[in-house]
Amino acid sequence: MGKNLKLITDPINLNNPITIQVLGICSALAVTVKLMPAIVMSISVLFVMSFANVIISLLRNTIPSRIRIIVQLVVIAALVILVDQVLKAYVYNISKQLSVFVGLIITNCIIMGRLEAFALGNKPLPAFLDGIGNAAGYAIIMIIVAFFREFFGSGTIAEIQIIPQGFYDLGYFDNGLMILPPMALIVVGIVIWVQRARTPELVEEN
Amino acid sequence: MKALEKYIEKIKPNFEKGGKYERWHAIFESFETFLFVPGNTTPRRGAHIRDAMDSKRLMSVVVIALIPVLLFGMWNVGFHHFLSIGEDVGFIQEFFHGFVRVMPIILVSYIAGLGTEFIFVYIKNKEIEEGFLVSGMIIPLIVPVDVPLWMVAIATIFAVIIGKEVFGGTGMNIVNPALLARAFLFFAYPSKMSGDKVWISEMENSQNIVDGFSGATPLAQVAGTTNEQLATNGGFKIINGVQDNVISTWDMFMGWIPGSIGETSVLMILIGAAILIFTGIASWKIILSAVIGGSLMGILLNIFATEGNPYMALPFYDHLLLGGFAFGVVFMATDPVTATQTEKGKWIYGFLIGFIAIIVRVLNPAYPEGVMLAILLMNVFAPLIDHYIIRANVKKRLKRIRA
Repeated sequence: MGKNLKLITDPINLNNPITIQVLGICSALAVTVKLMPAIVMSISVLFVMSFANVIISLLRNTIPSRIRIIVQLVVIAALVILVDQVLKAYVYNISKQLSVFVGLIITNCIIMGRLEAFALGNKPLPAFLDGIGNAAGYAIIMIIVAFFREFFGSGTIAEIQIIPQGFYDLGYFDNGLMILPPMALIVVGIVIWVQRARTPELVEEN
Repeated sequence: MKALEKYIEKIKPNFEKGGKYERWHAIFESFETFLFVPGNTTPRRGAHIRDAMDSKRLMSVVVIALIPVLLFGMWNVGFHHFLSIGEDVGFIQEFFHGFVRVMPIILVSYIAGLGTEFIFVYIKNKEIEEGFLVSGMIIPLIVPVDVPLWMVAIATIFAVIIGKEVFGGTGMNIVNPALLARAFLFFAYPSKMSGDKVWISEMENSQNIVDGFSGATPLAQVAGTTNEQLATNGGFKIINGVQDNVISTWDMFMGWIPGSIGETSVLMILIGAAILIFTGIASWKIILSAVIGGSLMGILLNIFATEGNPYMALPFYDHLLLGGFAFGVVFMATDPVTATQTEKGKWIYGFLIGFIAIIVRVLNPAYPEGVMLAILLMNVFAPLIDHYIIRANVKKRLKRIRA
C-alpha cells in the first residue's frame, strides 16, 4: 500500500512533471491566464491520463512494440475527443476559452511519457494511480500559476473581483505583463525556485 | 569622514565571527566596502598595480557620465511643464520644477533596488556588489516623468530579482537590468508608458493646459503621420507642444523635445559617451557599429519607402537623433556585462542593435520605439556571437598547426 501511495504523492512534489521533469510546459503557459480554464484543463488531463494509463496497461502484453506509439496515440485521441465533446456540451464558455488546447492534450508530453515509462510495464491499478498522481502534480502547478496570473493580471480570482474598486481609484493598475505568456514562464520559474529552496535534495551538485 | 572610519573600526569586532551581530556581517561589510575600499595606497617605488580600477570605481565613472544627461533631463521636464501651461518662468524655476519631479523617481529606484540587493545579501550571506549603482541611475532616465512611483518600485524589484539575482548577481546577468525594468513597465502598464500625456509633467490631471497643446513624442508623431500630411507639409512636421512650434533637426540634437527623462538630448549623451570612451569603459566599436547599423537600415527604408508606410520616409539621421536610440546605444548597449566580449563580436553586436532597432521602430506599428527591444534581443544573443567567434578562431589556428 505504501508503494501505491507513493505513486500518487511522488509526482505532486519530488517528481513533479512540470517543475522537475519540465514537461507539459506549453499548456501551462497557454491556459493559465484565468483560474477556471486552468482547473477544467487539469480535470481533463486527469481523466485522459488515468484512463489512458489503465487501457494501455491492460493492453500491454498484446501491443507489438514496433507500433506501440500509434496505439497509444489512438487511445489518447479517443479519450481526448470524448473530453472535448463533454466540455462543449456542458461548459461551452470555458471550452471556447480552452479552444485548441483541449485537442492538444493528445500531444501533451506528460501523457505520452507516462504511457511509455510506466503503463507499458505495470499492472492496471498502479498505472491508474500513477496517472492520477502525475495529473495531480500537473494540476497543482497549473492552479498555482493561474492563481497568481489571474490575481495580478486581472484583479480577480475565478472571475470574482478580489481587488476592490477603491484601489483602482487610487491609481492601482492591473499588471498587463501577467496576461502575456512570458510571465507564465517566469511564474513557473519562480515556483521551481521556491520548490528547490524548500527541498535542498533537489539541487544538483555541480 | 575620519571619525566615521574610527567608529566603524571600533564596532567591527561585533560583526566578526563569534561577535554579537555575526549574522549581520555581510551588511556591515557592504557599508564598509562601499565607503572605504580600496583604501590602501601602494608605495611610490617598486612593482605595483598602476590602476586599481575595480567595479565600484567603474560604476562611479558611468554615474558621472550620466550626470549631464540627468541635469538636462531635469530642466527639460520643467521646460515642457511650463510650456504646457503657457507660462514663461525662466531657467531656474524650470530646473527646480524638474528637480522636484525627477528626484523622487531616482530615490524610489535606488531604495527599491538596493533594498532588494540587501535582502539577498542577508539571505545568501555574501558580500554586497555595487552593480545597482548604475542601474538605479539609468532606470529614472528611461521612464516618462509622470510614471507612478509604485510602478517604478515594482519594476525595479522585478528587474533586480529576475534580471540579476536569479543568475547569481552582478556580472552574471544575461540582460541589462535597467532595460528589463523598462520592458516590464512597458508591457505591464502600457497606459502609463506611452501615449501623449505621460511625457509632460503633470499634464494628465491638469486643468490649465494651453489649448491645442499635445505632449506626443516626436516618434509617436512621425508614426502617426499620414500620406496626405506628408504631401501637404512637404516632409515630416513634428511639433513641440503647440501647432506652430516645429521641431528642427537642431532641436532634436539639443534635446528640448518631449520624451523619457534622459533620452532626449543627443548633445548631453555625446558628452557622456566621450567620458565613457575616454576612460575605456564603453566600447567605441559597439557605439560606432550601432550608428552604422541604424543608418544603414534607415537608408534602406528611405530607398524602399512605400505609400503604405509613410514612416519609412523619415530621413535616416533623424532616426539616430530621435527617441532612445542615442541613449540606448551609448549607455546600455555598451554595458560590459551583457555585451559581447570578443572584439569582432562587438562589431556584429552593435551593428545588429542599430539595424534591428530601426526595423522594429518603423515596421512594427505597435512599438514606435524599438531600441529597448533590440538591445534586449541582442543581449540574449551576445554569448552565442562570442561562442562562434571563439570557435572560428580555434579552427583557424588548428588549420595553421596542421598545415
